[in-house]
Amino acid sequence: MAKKLVIVGNGMAPGRMLEELFETAPGLYEVTIFNAEPRVNYDRIMLSPVLSGEKAYEDIVIHTEDWYAERGITLHKGAKVTGIDRAAKTVTAANGITAPYDVLVIATGSSPIILPVPGHQLNGVLPYRDLDDVEQMLAIAEGRGHAVVIGGGLLGLEAAYGLKRQGMSVTVLHLMPTIMERQLDPAAAYLLEKALTERGIEIITKANTRRILGTEKVEGVELEDGRTIVADMVVMAVGIRPAAALAKEAGLTVNRGIVVDDGMATSDPAIFALGECAEHRGQCYGLVAPLYESARVLAERLTGGAAEYLGSVTNTKLKVTGVNLFSAGDFAEGEGREEIVLRDAARGTYKRLVLKENRIIGAVLYGEVADGPWYFDMLKRGTDVAELRETLIFGQAYQGGGATLDPRAAVANLPDDAEICGCNGVCKGKIAATITAKGLTTLDEVRAHTKASASCGNCTGLVEQVMSLTLGDKYNPTAVTPVCGCTHLGHDEVRLLIKAKGLKTIPAVMQELEWKTSCGCAKCRPALNYYLVCDYPDEYADDYQSRFVNERLHANIQKDGTYSVVPRMWGGVTSSDELRAIADVVDKFAIPMVKVTGGQRIDMLGAKKEDLPAVWSDLGKAGFVSGQAYAKGLRTVKTCVGSDWCRFGTQDSTGLGIRLEKFMWGSWTPAKVKLGVSGCPRNCAEATCKDIGIICVDSGYEIHFAGAAGLDIKGTEILGTVKTEDEALEHVVALTQMYREQARYLERIYKWVKRIGVEQVRLQIMDDAEKRSGFFERFVFSQQFAQVDPWSERASGKDKHEFKPMAVIDFPQAAE
Amino acid sequence: MSRLVDPASLTAGYFAIGHIDDIPRRGARCVQTPQGRIAVFRTMDDEVFAVEDQCPHKGGPLSVGIVHGAAVTCPLHNWVFSLETGKAQGADEGAIKTYPIRNEDGALFLALDVFAAK
Repeated sequence: MAKKLVIVGNGMAPGRMLEELFETAPGLYEVTIFNAEPRVNYDRIMLSPVLSGEKAYEDIVIHTEDWYAERGITLHKGAKVTGIDRAAKTVTAANGITAPYDVLVIATGSSPIILPVPGHQLNGVLPYRDLDDVEQMLAIAEGRGHAVVIGGGLLGLEAAYGLKRQGMSVTVLHLMPTIMERQLDPAAAYLLEKALTERGIEIITKANTRRILGTEKVEGVELEDGRTIVADMVVMAVGIRPAAALAKEAGLTVNRGIVVDDGMATSDPAIFALGECAEHRGQCYGLVAPLYESARVLAERLTGGAAEYLGSVTNTKLKVTGVNLFSAGDFAEGEGREEIVLRDAARGTYKRLVLKENRIIGAVLYGEVADGPWYFDMLKRGTDVAELRETLIFGQAYQGGGATLDPRAAVANLPDDAEICGCNGVCKGKIAATITAKGLTTLDEVRAHTKASASCGNCTGLVEQVMSLTLGDKYNPTAVTPVCGCTHLGHDEVRLLIKAKGLKTIPAVMQELEWKTSCGCAKCRPALNYYLVCDYPDEYADDYQSRFVNERLHANIQKDGTYSVVPRMWGGVTSSDELRAIADVVDKFAIPMVKVTGGQRIDMLGAKKEDLPAVWSDLGKAGFVSGQAYAKGLRTVKTCVGSDWCRFGTQDSTGLGIRLEKFMWGSWTPAKVKLGVSGCPRNCAEATCKDIGIICVDSGYEIHFAGAAGLDIKGTEILGTVKTEDEALEHVVALTQMYREQARYLERIYKWVKRIGVEQVRLQIMDDAEKRSGFFERFVFSQQFAQVDPWSERASGKDKHEFKPMAVIDFPQAAE
Repeated sequence: MSRLVDPASLTAGYFAIGHIDDIPRRGARCVQTPQGRIAVFRTMDDEVFAVEDQCPHKGGPLSVGIVHGAAVTCPLHNWVFSLETGKAQGADEGAIKTYPIRNEDGALFLALDVFAAK
């Protein structure tokens, strides 16, 4: 009969413990979990990337529903345990569920500390602890506005960065004179503060909050010195406290956390505590690595082993994209301590090691953190560094004569038991052995089998180096990334070979280039289809089944399976007739939302698939054609009113925009292309963040390209200035054709230019008239096949099958 | 309307839904049923499969996804499902319901449980 194991809490620590337990002794326990949160186990370290929008909740789930089901675990979600009856050996939850246990594990985690200042209970004052908090923050952030983060520690700064990425303006209030003072010395804190300020985050140190202002909702924060800061949201990230109330009420020994011994047992031998709620040898831990270490110990104990947890030394990394920071150990100055410091102001790097009796006891690295694991390893081992002293600060690559500049040297010199992945406690030897034993060759496989770099991902580079050392030539991370799993060839090779071998159909490409699958996948087929459309506009028959749904249905699929419809509004100019026609369509088809787009057009959202041909037919009668808002192709040309109306306008920017759009619509490109034409350098059409932009000036037309204002923000590069509108058109078109012929599928212009260099483009488009006219002519040739309005074709019956169900089954009739 | 009865299951009925050529190769069409929308796929090799037209992840309509081999990629977030087993491929976990379908010289018949309530 399996023993009953009850776990209170479903965070990362008990999750890891269960993984270990089921790996070594499946069936030993019948497991029941009570989780106060209404969800499965997810990776809490990754909350910050979720807040910043760099990841989604689905990306950070550790255990799916199926995982629990497969192991026969009963998971009570949204069930907060309110009492433990140690005599009867049962726990009871707020929803009335009672469960008996033979062994109980308390893993209640921690609660965020909320400063009890006046106003702390106002709406909009939030902790930063779980997914609910993040979701609330995101809901407020959507309204933009200003956020104040109280607390300039690790969590507070990550919250600030995330909210900034979401478009809020952010102020961080920190009580101490420097931020992250527990992990950073003042010099590194200064560099970090500077980097965050450059990212637009305001940081106020020595800021003591007096009260939070507002009546129902947060309106601001008042400091002790009388300053007030306007705020739509206040995030409290001042620390955590172990959630030990449940244990205390049950009469267990509790100090700051629930006191456990080296076997993770509480004062009741049938009850264990694990995670942030536990206190071991006077220490409470809040980082994942020590919690995972203790989870392993507990799993072994529960299966009859005698493992002991002896405490952990921890290190820290900050998850703010583009900021590299590493800190470990103790770096305060003190008697008998020496320090070694290396600064490079030009590169903005700072390294500091604190030594005591020839052993590293602390390390702070800013900007250049590759040697962090090496220092940390020596720190944990207490390695005598007397011999290395002279060159220690230059890092591991300099050891052994300074001749080794192989970036892998640092990892090669690590012993097998050196930890590579701190989150999951995976050492170098285990990664290497698993690669060899299971024949792994890709990073994803290594992640799946060893869990190394599968949590926060910071050690990905190191893991790749271990792979490179283990696999030798078989693994080369800088090698060409294949288009997809169906081929070993990269995009550039495929494009070259299509031309060189004269391949003109997708089956021909797959056959000749030795595709590994019979009919490709959703990654390679759209790419191949584009390359063939681009290279053989007259001969190639577009393969609709290789197009993404939006390009097949000529509308944008929405999350609920309806579609949005955007007609062209040339240069953003419309008329009363057009607006009336749109209004009629909206009424006739009960379209739930009409919205003005960022590209100066009108979007009708929520159209049903079956209605699309009729919608297009009505729009077509009013003279509309498809706006191709769904296409990897020419989208909008945004314009300002230019010399026609504006007192500053230097040229007819509206006219040029319309002319460009009429010339270029319908063309397929590797990724979407958006244009902008501004009538003067005031740039009201925001042409300097477009794929291609034109700024009209008195003397002519300044042509810009390679801007971005989406995932990345980047101002354009200047291609050059031309005198006439005709020349402007020729240059823009030639540049587009060059991009069509050379870029990789789904690569926007700015990324393509980053890869090949701005100079290459100037050389071929500005300086080489012959090349330019060649590109121009090939574009014009291709347009005669591309400029067919897909909407009018479908309104006339093309591809009917796409829009209608094949059959409608109704039981009473069909079953007669 | 021709309708065949599967002797293996008295509660399941086969319903004529049309001809295989109504579906493009490497494509799908939908069938509306009292049990919801079912997507009927035709592969490159003229195999046919019927599955529920709803991705377990976020409900994406699989019928408009890209079909490759005997698999489909969801148009919303690129989950890939085997049309044979209904199981999600790769690292994703989940499954879609599959329905028996019969191909008799191109005429397609879909099996539905007539007593199952929607």
